[in-house]
Amino acid sequence: MASSNLATFAGAIAQGDIAVVDLTHTLTPEFPTIVMPPELGQCAPFRMEEVSRYDERGGAWYWNNISMGEHTGTHFDAPVHWISGKDLPHNSVDTIPPGDFIAPAVVIDISKQSAKNSDYELTVADIEAWEKQHGRIPSRNWVLLRTDWSKRSGREYVNMQEDGQHTPGPCPKAVRFLVEERDVHGLGTETIGTDAGQAFHFNPPYPAHYYMHGKGRYGLQCLTNLDLLPPTGAVILAAPLKIRRGSGSPLRVLALVPRSAA
Amino acid sequence: MTEPLVRPKRKNPLKKTRVPLLPQGVRSRTALGLTEAAAEGRFRLQVCADCAAVIYPPRDACPRCLSARLPFRDVDNRGTLLAETTIRTSTDVYFRERMPWRIGTVQLDAGPSIVAHLHGDLREGERTRLALKLDKSGQAIAMALPAEDTPNMADDPQWRELTCDPKFRRVLITDGRTAVGQALAEACSKAGASVVFVGIADPWKPFPGEEKLRKLERVEIVALDLTDTISVNECAGEYAPRVDILINTAEYVRTGGIIERKGLTVAREELEVRYFGLTRLAQSFGPVLRARGADGVNSAAAFVNLLSVYALANWPAYGAFSATEAACLSAAQSLRAELRPGGVKVLNVFFGPLETEWYQAVPPPKVAPSALANATVRALQQGLEDVFVGDIAEDIRARLAVSPKALERELGS
Repeated sequence: MASSNLATFAGAIAQGDIAVVDLTHTLTPEFPTIVMPPELGQCAPFRMEEVSRYDERGGAWYWNNISMGEHTGTHFDAPVHWISGKDLPHNSVDTIPPGDFIAPAVVIDISKQSAKNSDYELTVADIEAWEKQHGRIPSRNWVLLRTDWSKRSGREYVNMQEDGQHTPGPCPKAVRFLVEERDVHGLGTETIGTDAGQAFHFNPPYPAHYYMHGKGRYGLQCLTNLDLLPPTGAVILAAPLKIRRGSGSPLRVLALVPRSAA
Repeated sequence: MTEPLVRPKRKNPLKKTRVPLLPQGVRSRTALGLTEAAAEGRFRLQVCADCAAVIYPPRDACPRCLSARLPFRDVDNRGTLLAETTIRTSTDVYFRERMPWRIGTVQLDAGPSIVAHLHGDLREGERTRLALKLDKSGQAIAMALPAEDTPNMADDPQWRELTCDPKFRRVLITDGRTAVGQALAEACSKAGASVVFVGIADPWKPFPGEEKLRKLERVEIVALDLTDTISVNECAGEYAPRVDILINTAEYVRTGGIIERKGLTVAREELEVRYFGLTRLAQSFGPVLRARGADGVNSAAAFVNLLSVYALANWPAYGAFSATEAACLSAAQSLRAELRPGGVKVLNVFFGPLETEWYQAVPPPKVAPSALANATVRALQQGLEDVFVGDIAEDIRARLAVSPKALERELGS
């Protein structure tokens, strides 16, 4: 690409011809994390301790110490997160080629189905129907699953019942199709996992994690504002923190959207 | 008969909150034996090991045989009120604003005569029960009660000055997800608390007993996550001026010793919930409690810690847990000294394994959450500082008093 193209790009953002859509939830202590049985290790929620605030703890400055899990809030899953991706090269957040942090995205909308059925599973048929309308999913595209789940909060968002969480996600065949037939870059969701809430009972369990990470592909979860994206044409900036051997990280996810499409 | 306490009116916002004052609190080291007894609600005096004389006030030598062997022993607390007087004026700033104040001389059946504070239902010449109580300075005083319970006797103003009765007070239960938290909410409501705030963390997570808890009379659910400084500060910001008794029901019970824990994830969580949770509560609610120690009928009265008795001696089967509880106990001791200027008591309630899910594999005897809750409310009504609930807690305490080293080996074998 000529440098003039980059200048044009920067200009388009400055002019507003390219909209920057924030797909990130604010990191707050209240934001739910994934829940494991209480005897297992848990993902730490976001916490913030004030170091000083223009006071006796530090004269003229305000700052905090923060703590959280790698999989807290809007976050990125690296292949090493799952057992199927544990031996792949460049599988942790510090070794993933930085070029992978910028990639185009398609948005598949299953919000209507999810509104009716919290356990809605994205099927191959859904993907084929989408492709009939918008064309074949190009390789190395993020697939963002719009469920409008991010518009919910609290109990409605987590939807924890006696038999576990009930949130939409892809069925195993759909994930295999995306990974093997469409060579996608990764899967992004609005829910707490890339998998459905009940995916522990799927075969294999947690197929989005299993197949995506098994092929060195990525995950993004707890996204928001997917309803502001066009079905095709958005470009995603999603660069996790460079944590040595990190399995993922909270991050700022931005979508670049041409104004005509937004 | 004691005039029953009237539910206090809402505070007049134009009136200054009175600064808590303390009665004289200096005692000799020997006299602290009375404080130890009062803290647990016992009636103990020195009994000469050589001539069996019962001695008061505490001394370093027996006035009868000059023996230096004067251990404190449980003594019969019955006696007769020989004489009484009403003090109507004083230069002491604490008593000055509490006049008139009745005191009298009690002749104990066991021997000595003792100058005591008098319950309103007791008259000169009557039989009496003498109790050692902790006053606002945290030191022991003697209070003479009617020989038999009288109606509304807990409402007597001189008695209420020595207790932390939840009646007409506002209570905060810090964690309502636990069985103990729910039992305490119920017990405090029954004991006449005017409101019981119950903290709930992660409201998006359902929990057993929720429906019943929400239906309890005078219970109000508030957002409170003890692992989150911001949450505790916000809760205190909203509710601290209306909390008279804080009961920390946070629990984190996991098996295993120090080595068995793989990594620090669980240990950290344990400390976050227990030690740092306690610290957060102390920092955010403590200053307001301390400032409101003399704020009328519903003055700030107590900060309650529920502690495993293994805070006193480590039980390696629950080794990391015991260590965390020990940290909480140490913090509670500091807190006691820090809250004393406000006349606010720190009540430590010790117990062994509970009849709850996390002690599933432990054989009985175990303490039912309701028993622990009732014992805690009783301790508040009595104004105690240290309480041991259940056979295991009492047993551990007794063995510790005899030989800490023997107990260490026994718990670790």
